[in-house]
Amino acid sequence: MVYIQQLFEQFFGTEWGPMLFVLTKDLTLIVAIVVPLLLGVAYLTFAERKIIAYMQIRVGPNRVTFFGIPWLRGWGQPIADAVKAMMKEIVVPSGANKFLFILAPILTIAPALAAWAVVPFSPDVVLADINAGLLYILAMTSMGIYGVIIAGWASNSKYAFLGAMRSAAQVVSYELAMGFALVCVLMMSASLNLGDIVNGQQGGSLLNWYFIPLFPMFLVYFISGVAETNRAPFDVAEGESEIVAGFHVDYSGMAFTVFFLAEYANMILVATLTSLLFLGGWLPPIDVAPFNMIPGFIWLLLKIAFMLFFFLWFRATFPRYRYDQIMRLGWKVFIPLTLVWIFLLGAIMQLPLSIRNMYPLNLWF
Amino acid sequence: MSFQDLVFYFFATVLVISALGVITSRNPVYSALLLVLSFVTCAGLWLLLEAEFLAITLVLVYVGAVMVLFLFVVMMLDINLDRLREGFWKWFPFGALLALILVTQMAMVLMGGEFGLNEMPRPPAQAADYSNTKALGLLIYTEYVYAFELAAVILLVAMVAAIALTLRHRADKRSPNPAKQVAVNREDRIRIVPMASEKKD
Repeated sequence: MVYIQQLFEQFFGTEWGPMLFVLTKDLTLIVAIVVPLLLGVAYLTFAERKIIAYMQIRVGPNRVTFFGIPWLRGWGQPIADAVKAMMKEIVVPSGANKFLFILAPILTIAPALAAWAVVPFSPDVVLADINAGLLYILAMTSMGIYGVIIAGWASNSKYAFLGAMRSAAQVVSYELAMGFALVCVLMMSASLNLGDIVNGQQGGSLLNWYFIPLFPMFLVYFISGVAETNRAPFDVAEGESEIVAGFHVDYSGMAFTVFFLAEYANMILVATLTSLLFLGGWLPPIDVAPFNMIPGFIWLLLKIAFMLFFFLWFRATFPRYRYDQIMRLGWKVFIPLTLVWIFLLGAIMQLPLSIRNMYPLNLWF
Repeated sequence: MSFQDLVFYFFATVLVISALGVITSRNPVYSALLLVLSFVTCAGLWLLLEAEFLAITLVLVYVGAVMVLFLFVVMMLDINLDRLREGFWKWFPFGALLALILVTQMAMVLMGGEFGLNEMPRPPAQAADYSNTKALGLLIYTEYVYAFELAAVILLVAMVAAIALTLRHRADKRSPNPAKQVAVNREDRIRIVPMASEKKD
């Protein structure tokens, strides 16, 4: 790495060399994050179809394979879907605002990918190790809503517009509950840096992870995450049975696929954050011989996969919420619950040290 | 020119152009979106000033919540430009006064040397592990705690007032109670009647 930096300095001079080196290094790292992420998204769609199929006693995609290998049947499906989407025409409705119509999917995917900049994958593997990491993620995820609103408005269609309005109200409501749930995590870890939050959960076993003292917050955060990504049972923004497909009714081909990619990238992001904040990130469940020999990255991947399974399970299990029920859950159940928990947590943190050192409080405080 | 200057001029150009676009654009939706763009570029400028907490909060609060609701309202309005222009001359003196104040302020900043800007030294650059967030939190909850709480109470009053102003109790309104609906049991709604199967003729 030092050698490459020197090469840059020789080539571009001492003033521009280091800057261009950092730029090149970051761009390489960004590609190293985004490419596996998009592959993960592709195979998450496959996993979703397969898992939901088995839950409904069907088989799911079982035709497309690589080089005719029989035991890989179905595994080529995401690739085939991607190629099909790229070949399709992007139809722009005649009354639509063409510029915003094309801009909307880009505005949806950009924050979904940008949020990954501060996500740590192992103790030292992180693109931008910034102090305000969690705040940055909240800011990025809250920007994802613009794509949906603009898509709904630019399509010049009533169904799309209704979908956009529903989505805007829903996301803004659940962001509050999500933020308050995260405040509890911040109080426990006393840091906004994601790496420090995971390190705060260290201590021998899974009993130290934050999902035990913050169990209601864990549920609130994850359910709000499902609502933020507009997934079933909170998918009123799409609502096939009422408003056709919501905000992306008029999108086709790659423009539609980009919305799709953003939704799945956001799902993976919520699952990753839940694993990092509540399930101890890369820490092994028990810090003894066979478990702590597995690299932390594998543990993180397993936890992400575990949380992602819930997204798919929810979709196969629950009927869609009615709009007023969604609002009630967000405002009248989650927000009071989080406020009570913040108060409780604050009270426990003010207890004298001798009480906080007693079991089980000494595991977390 | 260093790399940082390049980033600054890029953000500054985008900010000025988008801010001009906010007031010149004829489509209110474009105006709102350009305002979002200027908030985001402004956050970029604040990052260059090492105010990362404020920059991210600007994006989180104004871009992520306030402007979404703004856009929400603007998109549903039926804007009639002629009606908007009606009061132009009536409000012109007020607007002109505001513009004059702004121009004076800008002049004072741009000609800072004349107004003693040099007496105020540039703050020293902070170390990489300096936490802006922590510093702000310490100030807010110790030195400025009364001002901070006062601001919070004013916001709360505004919130309660907004709800109180729009809340109407109508006698002819029927509204469902979702809490009751969610808590309903299967036994309350359906009755399973055992029936012998029909014989095939």
